[in-house]
Amino acid sequence: MVDFVLSVLRVAIPAGTPLLFGTLGEVYAERSGVLNLGIEGMMIMGAMTGFGVTHATGNVWLGVVAAALVGGLLALLHAFTSVTLRVNQVVSGLGLTMLGLGLSGMLGKRYIGQPPAARLGAVTLPVLSDLPVLGSLFFRFDPLVYLAVILVPVLWFVLYKTRWGVTLRSVGENPAAADALGVNVVAVRYLAVFFGGVMAGLGGGYLSLAHTPAWIEGMTAGAGWIVIALTIFAMWDPARALVGAYLFGGVRVLQFRLQPLGISPNLLNMLPFILTILVLLLSAGETMRKRIGAPEALMQPYAREE
Amino acid sequence: MKGQRYIWIERRLYPSLRMEVLAAILSILLALLAIGVLFGVVGVDPLFVYRRIFMGAFGSLFGLSETIVKAIPLMLVGVGLTLAFRARMWNIGAEGQLLMGAIAATGVALTFPDLPAGVLLPAMFVAGFVGGALWGLIPALLKVYFRANEVLTSLMLVYVASEAVNYLVYGPWRGPEEMGFPLTSKFSPAAQLPRLLNTRIHYLTLLLALLLAVLVYLLVRRTRLGYEIRVTGENPTAARYAGMDYTKIVLLVMLLSGGLAGLAGVGEVAGIHHRMHYPAGISPGYGFTAIIVAWLARLNPLAAILTAFLLGGLLVGGHSIQIALGLPVATIHIFNGVILLFVLGGELFTRYQIRLKRRPEP
Repeated sequence: MVDFVLSVLRVAIPAGTPLLFGTLGEVYAERSGVLNLGIEGMMIMGAMTGFGVTHATGNVWLGVVAAALVGGLLALLHAFTSVTLRVNQVVSGLGLTMLGLGLSGMLGKRYIGQPPAARLGAVTLPVLSDLPVLGSLFFRFDPLVYLAVILVPVLWFVLYKTRWGVTLRSVGENPAAADALGVNVVAVRYLAVFFGGVMAGLGGGYLSLAHTPAWIEGMTAGAGWIVIALTIFAMWDPARALVGAYLFGGVRVLQFRLQPLGISPNLLNMLPFILTILVLLLSAGETMRKRIGAPEALMQPYAREE
Repeated sequence: MKGQRYIWIERRLYPSLRMEVLAAILSILLALLAIGVLFGVVGVDPLFVYRRIFMGAFGSLFGLSETIVKAIPLMLVGVGLTLAFRARMWNIGAEGQLLMGAIAATGVALTFPDLPAGVLLPAMFVAGFVGGALWGLIPALLKVYFRANEVLTSLMLVYVASEAVNYLVYGPWRGPEEMGFPLTSKFSPAAQLPRLLNTRIHYLTLLLALLLAVLVYLLVRRTRLGYEIRVTGENPTAARYAGMDYTKIVLLVMLLSGGLAGLAGVGEVAGIHHRMHYPAGISPGYGFTAIIVAWLARLNPLAAILTAFLLGGLLVGGHSIQIALGLPVATIHIFNGVILLFVLGGELFTRYQIRLKRRPEP
């Protein structure tokens, strides 16, 4: 039994890591009051750019940085339309996703079928990696898995226990009040959306540099949309994001396990999407019961009344 | 500091039609400019891109006919989406509803191949409408009864529908004579829509799309129900106070927009392919491109006729660039994304006006 749980976790954690990056970022963006439906586009661009830069330089860490940056830059586009121009955030995010899918398809064509120039390998941690059983299962992941895990408490702490966090949340709950207290609402929202993009880009980079190590057109395959659902499931809390992301990573395991039973792979491919819908239903109910809702000003552009 | 001039942006209460048309045209032109720059950066001559798009879509009778072929599904889906978006139901899953329509129609065509065309074709359209409508109803029910976000649920159902198509064409519905390709058998002649001369224009679906555009326009503008849809979208609180039934409106617009998308799916299998393909073979993302059709039409179903032709032309033109440069199919999403973003930005000019004001003297 213990062996089974451990073997599930060993697959679920890396599979959930891109989702965790994306969800942590989207939690911050939405906490500032901006919904970014462009995650899928930023993620896929991160995956393509990360692979391409690594291919060109041979340095996987440059690839990781480039993936994060490209995600952030694309997010600024969304910040411009939704914060500065104050147009519809749903449509703008969709536009961003389409743009990302298209650009990555066009620019990534030359990388199809190419072997990765370098990939993120497992790191061995002193002492921990040598632990019996646990060591080989939990402490032999690649560095980005650990980065994502470390970011969870850090982002939780910043959000709930620091002045920055208070500022961020106040902008998402009541921008007019924050503005009256001297907070630069526009700057906070730009920063939060940019951070969300950086994280989505990292998630994409993780896919093409560590998880799959290859560039495959459309390789995010809906992960960006699952991130948006996970943000709701996490109730905008970084700690719960961890649970949700690994849960969805676990679905991958389920897919592998059920395939030998003769169930059509097409039907198994539906699993994560059906589970996403179920998770949305559950979290909507829970949100209502606990009265913990979305940030009050989510999707509401802010303009100072004059 | 007396009498200092400053720029003031104020909200227009009633954007004029002329302004809206101007903004739409301007945003498309700017989007094309941006796409040109984008291609330029990658090392492709932008002028070549423009010429190729224009000539590919409108430069020949064949191109023109293909533009109409693409406009048919875009029009059907786009008209339905104007209705959903009016009620502020973000139905992003029209692609899935289209695929379910295709599945339902294919089911009828494969089950009753011997029925006469006069019975079979209408039955396929009805089945397709029902298939799409039921698929669209799911997010509506989840929204009303569980408050689940319809953007996500409708989109997740696209992936589910797409895998359902895959399951069928790789599994139970694979034609025995297709040598292992993921295709159903060819439909019997009675299940094939007639085409105009030697083009691929299945004109019955085109006529149906035009008719539905007019009907939806009349529904929105001339009926009490349409009035309720508009109020629900613009001001849900006011709608509730006025005793309007939110649940009814949400279910209705999703049923109709899903149903129209389903009809588009019927047109593709019965008019173009005469069989069911893998998902990308049935639709290169018509359900997503139609979002731009609806948005660019400012949610006016009659204007959606025009914007469907425009976007249809871009699809054909984009396809011809993609072939000329050996680019992947996904390239077309660049056009979609950039145009959508610019159309969105262009709205600013219809909703706000920039005025130069003079500060009042103290």
